[in-house]
Amino acid sequence: MSELALIIVAAVLVNNFVLVKFLGLCPLLGASTRFETALGMSLATTFVLTLASGISYLIDTYLLVPWQLEYLQLISFIVVIAGAVQLTELFVRSASPILHEVLGVYLPLITTNCAVLGVALLNTRQSENLLEALTFGIGAGLGFCLVMILFAGIRERLEAADVPAPFRGPAIALVTAGMMSLAFIGFAGLVRG
Amino acid sequence: MPDWFAAESHRALLAAITLLGLLILTVSIGLTVAADRMNRNPADAVEAVNRLLPQTQCGQCGYPGCRPYAEAILHDAAPINRCPPGGNATLRALADLLDRPVTAVDESLGTPTGAGKAFIDEAACIGCARCLQVCPVDAILGAHQYMHTVIADECTGCELCVAACPVDCISLRH
Repeated sequence: MSELALIIVAAVLVNNFVLVKFLGLCPLLGASTRFETALGMSLATTFVLTLASGISYLIDTYLLVPWQLEYLQLISFIVVIAGAVQLTELFVRSASPILHEVLGVYLPLITTNCAVLGVALLNTRQSENLLEALTFGIGAGLGFCLVMILFAGIRERLEAADVPAPFRGPAIALVTAGMMSLAFIGFAGLVRG
Repeated sequence: MPDWFAAESHRALLAAITLLGLLILTVSIGLTVAADRMNRNPADAVEAVNRLLPQTQCGQCGYPGCRPYAEAILHDAAPINRCPPGGNATLRALADLLDRPVTAVDESLGTPTGAGKAFIDEAACIGCARCLQVCPVDAILGAHQYMHTVIADECTGCELCVAACPVDCISLRH
């Protein structure tokens, strides 16, 4: 149990996918102008991360490795991820058409979110069993949620702030992301490994 | 066929093709079932946008009415600043719903609401009743050969009556 808690803490804080490993940056900047949008985006990504990490681990362990087909990892993981994203998109479209509209192209872009494929690939190397693989996926998703929500909160405040003209827009967003990354480096050493 | 199958590399090829084929087949079947289950209803999004529009059906946006404009906003990326009767309040509500930037209402389409309500110069009114027919919200009270007046609470300031008046006795006032 403590092993799993360790995986979560490590994935959320110490090796945060977005701010420490620089994976999945495009939705961080693209879908974080508003709190609700960021929340919807991070929930969708977390769902895809969890589903894709579990299924791709199963495929790798029970199909690819026994048949010595590891060279098919990339293409089969991508099929799984694309399927999971399409499922999410179907769900979002029927549950909240407005959120679907607001997320726009960023929702199907989860397919090529490097954090998702990154978790699937890292799982084949470091996870011992399905539970660990799933936990790692959830941890990565929660880390993504945390950063997205914090970032959207800051950006909403920046809207009202008196930002110098040359810094407005993407520039101040990237500066903010850099400072958040600096803060997350503070977690390094919390969990070894 | 047995000779071909005996070769190690050929068996690996067959395994690879079978595995990927089955995987893609499973995903496709799963998605087809899911798409069938979740009855997609893009009309809900149109409805949400439509609710924010003033329902004057004045056509100042260049579309036949409020709902067609809502559809154009969602499907044809029409700008959200084309609704003068809604004025800045509608513009802000749309920007908030759709997470688009707030710009000014396009004044070439008409004066935004908040600029005023229709006012009839009663001394000049000839009672032609033409403005009654064009008013999308029935805010003008009157009858043929009688002086007309505007119900201020109902008027959305859409300006359609201004153009219809043959004696130019209607103006927009605060």
